[in-house]
Amino acid sequence: MKRAFPILAVLTAALLSYGLYAALIVAPTERTMGDVQRIFYYHVPSAWTAFTLFFLNLVASIVYLIRRNPKADALALAAAEVGVVFCTVVLVTGPIWARPVWGIWWTWDLRLTLTLVLWLIYVSYLMLRRFSSSGQTPVMAAVLAIFGALDVPLVYFSIWFFRTQHPQPVIGGGGSIDPRMWQVLMINWAAFSCFAGLVCWSRYHLEVVSREVEETQALESLLEAGSSR
Amino acid sequence: MSSGITRATLAKDLRLEWRSKDAINSMLFFALLVVVIFSFSFDPTAEESRRIAGGLVWVAFLFAAVVALNQTWARELRNQVLDAYRVSPAPANSLFLAKALGNFIFVTVLEALMTPLFMVFYNLRALGPAYQLLIVAALGTWALVVNGTFFAAMSVRTRSREIMLPLLLFPVSIPALLAMVEATSSILTGEFSARFWIVLLAAYDVVFTVASLFLFELVLQAE
Repeated sequence: MKRAFPILAVLTAALLSYGLYAALIVAPTERTMGDVQRIFYYHVPSAWTAFTLFFLNLVASIVYLIRRNPKADALALAAAEVGVVFCTVVLVTGPIWARPVWGIWWTWDLRLTLTLVLWLIYVSYLMLRRFSSSGQTPVMAAVLAIFGALDVPLVYFSIWFFRTQHPQPVIGGGGSIDPRMWQVLMINWAAFSCFAGLVCWSRYHLEVVSREVEETQALESLLEAGSSR
Repeated sequence: MSSGITRATLAKDLRLEWRSKDAINSMLFFALLVVVIFSFSFDPTAEESRRIAGGLVWVAFLFAAVVALNQTWARELRNQVLDAYRVSPAPANSLFLAKALGNFIFVTVLEALMTPLFMVFYNLRALGPAYQLLIVAALGTWALVVNGTFFAAMSVRTRSREIMLPLLLFPVSIPALLAMVEATSSILTGEFSARFWIVLLAAYDVVFTVASLFLFELVLQAE
């Protein structure tokens, strides 16, 4: 596994740089929005990556609750942390794109609100992990992840109704997408997924190793206390 | 689940509260402060206040409820009562149900006392079907209290107890809060039907009551 890491890193770097080149040069300019639309190639793949990571966090949390495997908990933590970073990228690039196109920074649209609520839930998840004493953290965090997942459909329906009752925001309708744009989007999505996987993997290993170190230190201090007596 | 344990714990909590009045007093004064501060920071006309009152009322109740919810389990830390619960063979979810029902009663009392005050300060009168406000209040209070009691059991085990509860409770409560506020505003203005929001609140209550009853054992026994 360790040998695969540099290979994946090189692949990710290549994909990311090609993705940037494709997004800025290869992809055709959008007719009405102009060059600002190119943020799309970063915004959308980040969103997909963030949602994938949150889903991974949910699965790892459930696995942890059933099997009580500390590695599942470490994976849940890594996925949540990296997911929050990608979700932040989505929430920052969104308004930058919205301002010149819709004329507003933010609107309480279905997808925007859902992303924001997910971000809030996962930030509270990370806060809980930070503030609880180490022994109980994994169980409580896993339970909170399940509560967050149960909340998603309810948020969806509430915002959906909230918005159908109030005036609809100015949003680009469905419409089809240029196949070249689609291609660039897919390249960027692959690059972002690889990047997220890479970061997640190193974070996971870091977590596992730091827990091993903590355990060893605790054991050593126990032994010392025992021998000095 | 055992209804005997639920009843005994609920009776104990109500008796404790009746003698000390800790939760209800702090909640009442807190809600009163929120009402007064909101009232002169907005100073709305009758027409405006009808539209914003739903939001104000529920935000005030939410903040006040957090005060009581924080005391739910903190009270059991003294004399290691919480540890006694954990070693006792009593099912965890009947204990949870008793605590949630107790909080429901406290917050309902608060609402019953504060609502007249709101109507006086904001000059409120419902233009829609007023009896629906009772349904919204009952469902909305349960929505706050069921998750609040659950997350309070989590936050009481963290380092900064009192701060942690709202941080956990508010994000998950967003759809419930939106439903309560919108339902109340629809009924007060009489412009829309509140039916969808009431159904959504009921669904929220069912989902999180079931989840809490199933998962509470894990939280109580977390080591």
